Amino acid sequence: MTSAAVSELSVEGKVRLAPPSRVFDRAFKWLTLGMALSVAVLMILVGIGLYHGSRLALDKFGLHFLATSTWDPVREEFGALPFIFGTVASSLIALIIAVPLGVGTAVYLTELAPPRLRQPIVTVVEMLAAVPSVIFGLWGIFVMIPWLRAHLFPWLQKCLGFLPLFQGPIYGVSMLAAGIVIAIMILPIITSVSREILRSVPDLQREAAYGLGATHWEVTRIAVLSYAKRGLFGAVILGLGRALGETMAVTMVIGNRPEIAASLFAPGYSLASVIANEFAEATTDLYLSALFEIGLVLFAVTIVTNILAQLLIVTMAGPKTSRAVQ
Amino acid sequence: MDTSKAYHTWRKLKSLAMSGASFGCALLAIAPLGFVLFYLIKAGAGSLDWRFFTHLPTPVGEVGGGMANAIVGTLVLLGLASLIGVPVGVLGGIYLAEYGAERVNWWIRFGADILNGVPSIVWGIVAYTLVVIPMKGFSAYAGGVALGFMMIPLITRTTEEVLLLVPNGYREAALALGIPRWKMIIRIVAKTALKGIITGVLLAQARIAGETAPLLFTAFGNRFWTHNLKDPIAALPLQIFTYAISPYDDWHRQAWAGALVLILMILFVNIGVRALTRGKLSGVGR
Repeated sequence: MTSAAVSELSVEGKVRLAPPSRVFDRAFKWLTLGMALSVAVLMILVGIGLYHGSRLALDKFGLHFLATSTWDPVREEFGALPFIFGTVASSLIALIIAVPLGVGTAVYLTELAPPRLRQPIVTVVEMLAAVPSVIFGLWGIFVMIPWLRAHLFPWLQKCLGFLPLFQGPIYGVSMLAAGIVIAIMILPIITSVSREILRSVPDLQREAAYGLGATHWEVTRIAVLSYAKRGLFGAVILGLGRALGETMAVTMVIGNRPEIAASLFAPGYSLASVIANEFAEATTDLYLSALFEIGLVLFAVTIVTNILAQLLIVTMAGPKTSRAVQ
Repeated sequence: MDTSKAYHTWRKLKSLAMSGASFGCALLAIAPLGFVLFYLIKAGAGSLDWRFFTHLPTPVGEVGGGMANAIVGTLVLLGLASLIGVPVGVLGGIYLAEYGAERVNWWIRFGADILNGVPSIVWGIVAYTLVVIPMKGFSAYAGGVALGFMMIPLITRTTEEVLLLVPNGYREAALALGIPRWKMIIRIVAKTALKGIITGVLLAQARIAGETAPLLFTAFGNRFWTHNLKDPIAALPLQIFTYAISPYDDWHRQAWAGALVLILMILFVNIGVRALTRGKLSGVGR
């Protein structure tokens, strides 16, 4: 009787002592690993999907696709040059505007601003980042473009009209308008990443420079900015990556004309906008395939710029900064 | 002596000028949000009425109507996207925080950050290839897939971040009691960090709620109610885009109203979350 009870107890004890659910443990670990790896899977999926979709165009046009400027869906002649030009030009304009503003704001926030002002400014800049592209586009069409057409563009033409950049008829929708809208949209990311970078500059740097009798600006220039150069460059490249892929707002203000013009007032077209406008209406296989190839170009370029930017930022300021980058 | 004094003044002036310039930069950086919000309220508020939330769009040329189907459509798409993005993202984040080796984690994080930089229109093409072509038509599913893919890297990163905030003592205490690790993670760690995880999900939803490009040739838009998820579905950002580039004044008016509703939804989530977490998760809004 008692021995039976003891043996039962020991059996129960054994059951309890055995690792309860190794199988579940392992299954759960593999499940989460699988989900984490989905990030890599997605990347490969995008690459393969785009390559597969653009094979027809790749076979037909090869690398000429990138250097041809005809875009004629009716005769099925496709070249991406005007779109590449538009994307690059509008992104460069955006960088020219947004980089000094973003870095300047970051300098103000980390070096000069009274603590009470810091958080509100940071919050406003982050809220700007939350505004959807299509809303900037709407604002661009109905508020910014009429203003540019009536005020800024004629003024620029009057002052700088001797340059080919500022000649020609003013439509409003233009490469410059696209550049300005993109600048507004990439300003938050440049600002917040630059701020993280500047914050990672050791205070010892600043103290040493102040100790030598440097003024505020000299400290910023010699001790902070030159120390943070590489990381700031990363912030700029990251902004470039975003600028290259910006779609809706650009589509709404760039004018959507596949031409390469010297004037900033002339309408243009970008890689992302041509996909946005024509993808759903591509009637033939080759047409669709050419749009896939444009997608492939866009994907490849943004991947390369993003990898470069992340490497610059991570090596400069440690892995934590990249979290502010989303 | 005199020249050195002059030089000193010059240095001081220069410093002052540069300080002023950086302050100017900060002013210019916060100005656009003000401009955009001002015009959204000015042009949008007047067009917002009850009909906007309860009626379908009217046919071309007829004044009136609303965007009820687009508002519901956006919510449906967010729901579909969350079905993909939330489980994958949360479990992926759990792996990063609880299991992964440093090296593997570095690569996954790196990959997630790179994916975040992929233009949204590319996700549209991916969903087109994966869903629209096999199903032979635009559908709500396709839009959900495109948005869901975009959510994955966002949620993976925030989940990891909040799980790492859970003190290690909790894990050790749970394991010491003999609880299996998976149960410890779900019942103790994830539960402790639940608020943070939900916050991350909400921010990711706010981020993708305004996405238009990935929906153009997946969800496609619809002027009527969608009763079957295999059919095209309307979405607020898509409707704003269509109306904004149309030639009709009444549609422009409604585009502004739609934009106001959309931005209020997004800012509401962003500000609410910020107020609750006090900046712990800053920078996830985009």
